[in-house]
Amino acid sequence: MDINLDFIYGHLPYWLFIILMLSGLFIVVSRGNLIKKIVGLNIFQTSVFMFYISIGKITGGTAPILLDKSYSNSDVAYSNPLPHVLILTAIVVGIATTSLGLALIIKIREEYDTVEEDDIQKMDEKDLMTYNKKNVLEFKS
Amino acid sequence: MASEIKEGTLDLINHLPILQVITPMLIAPILVVLNNKTLSWLLSFLGALACLFISVLLIQTVSDGSTLTYSLGGWAPPIGIEYRIDAANSILLFLISIISVIVLIFSYSSLHVEIPEEKHTLFYACFLLCLTGLLGVVATADIFNVFVFLEISSLSTYVLVAQGSYLDRRALSASFNYLIMGTIGATFFVIGIGYIYMATGSLNMMDIAERVSELGDSRTVQAGFAFIVVGMGLKLAMVPLHVWLPNAYTFAPTVVTCFLAATATKVALYVLIRFVFSVFNYEDSFVNELFFFLIMPLAIIAMIAASVIAIFKQNLKKMFAYSSLAQIGYMLLGLSLVSEKGLASSLVHMVNHGFTKAALFMSLGAFMLNTKNVYINSLQGLGRSMPFTSAAFVIGGLSLIGVPGTAGFISKWLLLEAALGSGYWLVAVLIIVSSLFAVIYIWKIIEVLYFSESSESYSEVNVLTLTPIWILSFFCIFLGINTSLTVEVANMAAEILFK
Amino acid sequence: MKHHLILKVITKFMVGVIVLFGLYVQFHGDYSPGGGFQAGVIISAAFILYGIVMGLKNVQKVMPVWFAQKAAAVGVLVYALTGVFSLIFGFEFLNYHAISPEHPKHGQHYGIILVELGVGITVSFVMIAIYYSFAGRTPRLDDKEW
Repeated sequence: MDINLDFIYGHLPYWLFIILMLSGLFIVVSRGNLIKKIVGLNIFQTSVFMFYISIGKITGGTAPILLDKSYSNSDVAYSNPLPHVLILTAIVVGIATTSLGLALIIKIREEYDTVEEDDIQKMDEKDLMTYNKKNVLEFKS
Repeated sequence: MASEIKEGTLDLINHLPILQVITPMLIAPILVVLNNKTLSWLLSFLGALACLFISVLLIQTVSDGSTLTYSLGGWAPPIGIEYRIDAANSILLFLISIISVIVLIFSYSSLHVEIPEEKHTLFYACFLLCLTGLLGVVATADIFNVFVFLEISSLSTYVLVAQGSYLDRRALSASFNYLIMGTIGATFFVIGIGYIYMATGSLNMMDIAERVSELGDSRTVQAGFAFIVVGMGLKLAMVPLHVWLPNAYTFAPTVVTCFLAATATKVALYVLIRFVFSVFNYEDSFVNELFFFLIMPLAIIAMIAASVIAIFKQNLKKMFAYSSLAQIGYMLLGLSLVSEKGLASSLVHMVNHGFTKAALFMSLGAFMLNTKNVYINSLQGLGRSMPFTSAAFVIGGLSLIGVPGTAGFISKWLLLEAALGSGYWLVAVLIIVSSLFAVIYIWKIIEVLYFSESSESYSEVNVLTLTPIWILSFFCIFLGINTSLTVEVANMAAEILFK
Repeated sequence: MKHHLILKVITKFMVGVIVLFGLYVQFHGDYSPGGGFQAGVIISAAFILYGIVMGLKNVQKVMPVWFAQKAAAVGVLVYALTGVFSLIFGFEFLNYHAISPEHPKHGQHYGIILVELGVGITVSFVMIAIYYSFAGRTPRLDDKEW
């Protein structure tokens, strides 16, 4: 066995990205608590942000703020700002998703009095049986 | 090109691609500021009408096979965001706009039953944002812009679905599940975009297409493609990734169900088509194998399994949600043939199924206004007491089955032709088997509607509710007789995409 | 929060500073790190801090719920109307040259300030609205159950 340490070390951000992404995805799938699901979703999304930021990194590159107004100094290497901008957008989308998810959880808790997926499912099944029996879905108004 | 736009002149014709997208986006915040129920309906209706008008103009402009490009903010394409309208997306823009107009007519008389009055303004604002998102996804040629618009539409969709909680609290958990699945899908999509950007350094579809073909066999691009297929598979409810769809469609308000069933999944499918044909190289063996070994079997499973499940559902909204899954199977099948005919059939089926499913869900909504529920045995004898709604429902059902003379027939015929043309006769047989299952569940409902005694008598819904239903039913028949709009444009689109 | 005199005094002092810093980030966003997103969040942080320390009722006297909602929509309108402005003058959507056709560079400058203003307004009021909608719901748990 010959392990290419250079390869592993050279791709460190990607390994971290993959570990974070999979743990986030695992939390979403395995946890029954809705809030934990949202946390997992956040970790999952954050891993992608890290991935994008690592794409934008250029060895020896500085912050992408123009130092030389004449645009002529080609010695200065800038990191690629585009992934940063994209991720700013993705972060905003992430915030919207998280707050919407949490708002839904609050409503779910008000209606079901629980945030555990299994309990909600059981109550839904009970609902369904009573609905089938009555076969009438009363309108509130 | 963008430079054709003359600076300093007011010429809105050149700006049609952007006007299509920003019209609903502009109206949505105005609704929130004004905060008036009737006015917000009127404004959203007018906005949707404007969208429809623009989309008709666009379809006329590009129906000769040309493309319209528009560079946002005056930045030329590879750097700036480009909007690109060709035959393929103009047909979808038209579908989305016209469905939104019809759905808004329906919502005027039905929304107050399903959503409390004080939420109407925000509902319409959300609806318009969803419309913006869907139109934007279709119009743009920038892959990150696709993600942004996709999330605009998805986020507002989650909200719209959750509004069903006024009648049934299960809408909340349905919406939550949709949110989790949808966000995972969108994030996979972003990862895919990241890989593509890594490999090509560009976000513009045309630019990427060039660079990808230069790269040849790149593992990075393939990984990106795989991520995008999974992400879009979640959004379009490809079969093993479909679990969010039945509950979301069942518990959402009827207006929302109509709109989503007719547009949202189709837009995700369009994104997949656009990526396969305009971004990646469809002749690439990786793409071809993926379609042959993965998407085609999944599409066939969807066609058969979802149709069978639909037969046993008592809740009609759920029945048609499963039937939607089967129909998505048809569209994916057409795509997975990777032939010009298959793609054209897929595009035609998107439009035809959009009208068909909207007609079915809307007439269900009209039944629901009277019977207060959507279980099959509560429809007993409604064929006599609500003749017009029932007739429209039957037309929609026939179109879903694919009876000659209806829209569904045209697209299924094209799909059969495409499958036989590619030599997959077994697939063709399975398409017919799946249609036979559709006959069973549609017949179940027709039987209850017309051949059973009603326990209660209901009166027909009012004309304003009937109008949109009949417009949709009219389209179900019209598109089955006059195929010039759909088939010709779709053929043109397939030709462009296969260039 | 009846006894926390120090917190209250510090908060009253900090709110102004935070808003000021937010405005700095807002208006220097076009040529230094910053911009509408960051500024919006900073400004909303001031209100949220005030709300946490002084109570929801007090902060809603300063910033009513309806105002936060509508102002968020107005922010979007500012952004969109900047784009429409260039449309009306025959330029592409969001082409800032329309604002000052003789000096395109100035146009870029004004344009980005306007757009960032819209973004800032929207982000800050949306954050405040999110805070209101979460804080406005009293949890059913008692303090002891935590």
